[in-house]
Amino acid sequence: MGSVGAKDVPVLLSPEGLRIDGRRVNELRPIKITAGALKHADGSAFVEWGANKVMAAVYGPREVHPRHLQQNTKAVIQCKYNMAAFSVDERKRPGLDRRSQEISKVIAEAFESVVFAEEFPRTSIDIYIEVLQANAGTRCAGLVAASVALADAGIPMADLLPAVAVGKAGGAIVLDLKKEEDNFGEADLPMALVPQSGRLVLLQMEGHMTREELATALDLGVQGCRGIYEVMKQALRDRYAVAPGPDGAA
Amino acid sequence: MSGEVTAEILTTHVLDLAAQGKRLDGRGPDDYRKISLEPGFVSTADGSALARLGDTAVLAGIKLEPGKPFPDTPNAGVLTTNAELVPLSSPIFEPGPPQPGAIEVSRVVDRAIRAAEAIDLTRLCVTPGEKSWVCYVDVHVLDHGGNLIDAALLAAMGALSHATVPAKRFGIAESDYPLEVLHVPIECTFVRLGEAIVVDPTFDEERASQGRLTVATDETGRIVAMQKGLVGAFSPEDIKATVERAFQHGDRLRAIARDGAA
Repeated sequence: MGSVGAKDVPVLLSPEGLRIDGRRVNELRPIKITAGALKHADGSAFVEWGANKVMAAVYGPREVHPRHLQQNTKAVIQCKYNMAAFSVDERKRPGLDRRSQEISKVIAEAFESVVFAEEFPRTSIDIYIEVLQANAGTRCAGLVAASVALADAGIPMADLLPAVAVGKAGGAIVLDLKKEEDNFGEADLPMALVPQSGRLVLLQMEGHMTREELATALDLGVQGCRGIYEVMKQALRDRYAVAPGPDGAA
Repeated sequence: MSGEVTAEILTTHVLDLAAQGKRLDGRGPDDYRKISLEPGFVSTADGSALARLGDTAVLAGIKLEPGKPFPDTPNAGVLTTNAELVPLSSPIFEPGPPQPGAIEVSRVVDRAIRAAEAIDLTRLCVTPGEKSWVCYVDVHVLDHGGNLIDAALLAAMGALSHATVPAKRFGIAESDYPLEVLHVPIECTFVRLGEAIVVDPTFDEERASQGRLTVATDETGRIVAMQKGLVGAFSPEDIKATVERAFQHGDRLRAIARDGAA
């Protein structure tokens, strides 16, 4: 977004309306979700989305640590989003930076909006997101992975949370930004949808957009989320579907 | 009020009132509390402003120091925003490293200033690749009565609008000169109370709310930043309507940030 003094801005949108990787404005990058990718977590998922690789694990409901965060009426939902040092071009200093802490906070709040936390008072549901390979949209990929991991852990919730970043690149409103579009584009708008209610539980924005562009972006994002929702449900079916018996019964 | 816990009965009352289009302090859903801005509050800073939104008080101070540009932006100065929710401002804050809430305030404020290109960072470059001004925006929350984000950005823009580049003190130019502010981003924050969405929430309204939405606009009609926070959800229609309301409040708050009027 307006990188000051940046050189060599790539052409983000061709005259034919194609993006840097050949996608149309309303196309998602290829996305593959594997539910239950880890053995020791209570629930897990691995998301490969474009050139992103993100692993999420869920532990709990379990004892709250640190203890003083315990709540008597519901489970606390704790989230740690972390980027591996080798996940970006220039080595990232390990540990929690401010960006990671902000992302962890908004993701935890998004899940608090859908998880039935009252069913598990005095416990903690811990969500860990590790970004192994980053190419823009990692908070959305992390949220999608965590959502499938929560389902894999058997945590009751109102709905899965598909998420995607919409943005403005080369003057057009485009779905699912990749790295060049994020770095050199004009705006970035990550969001997460509750498909059943049509409401958004995560929304951030940076850059510039007119209100008309924002309206287009919201509609495009909701549509993108609905596509990702299907992939998430299929990942869970793939993990839990039982082969039909000889008489056709499951 | 502003205690460590918000009583269930108060939460219920806030929600009941909101359903009738009313609020605890008698405001309508689209009313800000009394806003004031006092520029030049701290004389040791290169720019400062104390912003008040009702009983929320936030002080922003600017310090400019010569430093080195980042290697990837050799022709630009450096801008950093930091917010501290110091324990004196509320019983809910404790001493120690910044909590996620403070980090969120500083990042959301920083994002608006940066995305709106409030300051022309290339003007803060002294010698490309070697020397540039580093502009520190430090925000101190003094009294937490809710809606810290709006108050923090108002204070920050007030301070930047009245800041001086101390070029003489550091031997970089013959005399000091005013810091040039190109755009004045303003953040307007709303919370959902049941089906009502109200502007400028108090501490208790934030506690009772089902979601918070901040929209940053500038004077050219652009949306430059947004942040949904707290637990809750907004439909795309809610968001579009909220953006319109943010534009309506923006100009008045912008005039206050620029002129320091009450």
